[in-house]
Amino acid sequence: MVIGLEHYLIVAAIVFTLGVAGIILNRKNVIIILMSIELILLSVNINLVAFSAHLRDLTGQVFAMFILTVAAAEAAIGLAILVTYFRNRHTIAVEDINMMKG
Amino acid sequence: MSVATAFFYLFSFITIASAAMVILGRNPVHSVLFLILAFVSAAGLFVLAGAEFLAMLLVVVYVGAVMVLFLFVVMMLDVDFAELQKSMRRYLPVSGLIGLVVLVELVLVVGSWTVAPQAVLSTPTPDGMSNTAALGQVLYTQYAYLFQAAGLVLLTAMIGAIVLTLQHRPNVKRQNISAQNARTRAGAIENKQVPSRTGVPVP
Repeated sequence: MVIGLEHYLIVAAIVFTLGVAGIILNRKNVIIILMSIELILLSVNINLVAFSAHLRDLTGQVFAMFILTVAAAEAAIGLAILVTYFRNRHTIAVEDINMMKG
Repeated sequence: MSVATAFFYLFSFITIASAAMVILGRNPVHSVLFLILAFVSAAGLFVLAGAEFLAMLLVVVYVGAVMVLFLFVVMMLDVDFAELQKSMRRYLPVSGLIGLVVLVELVLVVGSWTVAPQAVLSTPTPDGMSNTAALGQVLYTQYAYLFQAAGLVLLTAMIGAIVLTLQHRPNVKRQNISAQNARTRAGAIENKQVPSRTGVPVP
């Protein structure tokens, strides 16, 4: 049995689903939510690399690199916001982040 | 079953299982470690697909820097995670339902797509060249502006993270370099005529 594009797409779909389910499942814990977002971005990268290998086109890999860049920036900013928030409020529960509610 | 097929199933099973452990784990430190495992086995999948450079990037940059940052923050925050995890059982049905719907939709899409016949490859992979060299050739020519933009994104993220977490504490002695450089002999040393057997009054 030869591993084709569909196998990679199914793996990426399962990882994406786990990421989406993780956001809903751990909706009180910001750290797990950030990790779920990382999982979603990883599944997108698997998709791009699989299509790039299947079509023999390098654009997918270039864009996977840019997604890695954006994901690293997002993780850094998210964790910085988390650290600042924890310093001020001594909790990271998502329900308590409602000071800006109108 | 060939070796590549066996490795594909091994890596994909480890990726999916550790992704499940990330969202189901009780301890966030374990979640981060499972996320690292998921990234490493996804790097194995990238190698199988022929994208060696991205696989190395994932292991070195992502696991080496970003995930260690995650681990550092998780260990630094002193949070009662058991309290946060209490509502997990309540959200399990709705998250399972939404996940199932998303998965079914994605699998339907995977089963029924076709490439548009008029589609043209913008950067076909050159033959007889390693993946890294081929990627470098398009990255620094065709995608040079996007590459610079990615650098700007990283710079913005770095400045933002520093601005967000920097705090100035009072009562901390710091070095004032310009004041040190501006010191002259006249301002620092004072000559006094000390009479014998009397000494100088201490200010």
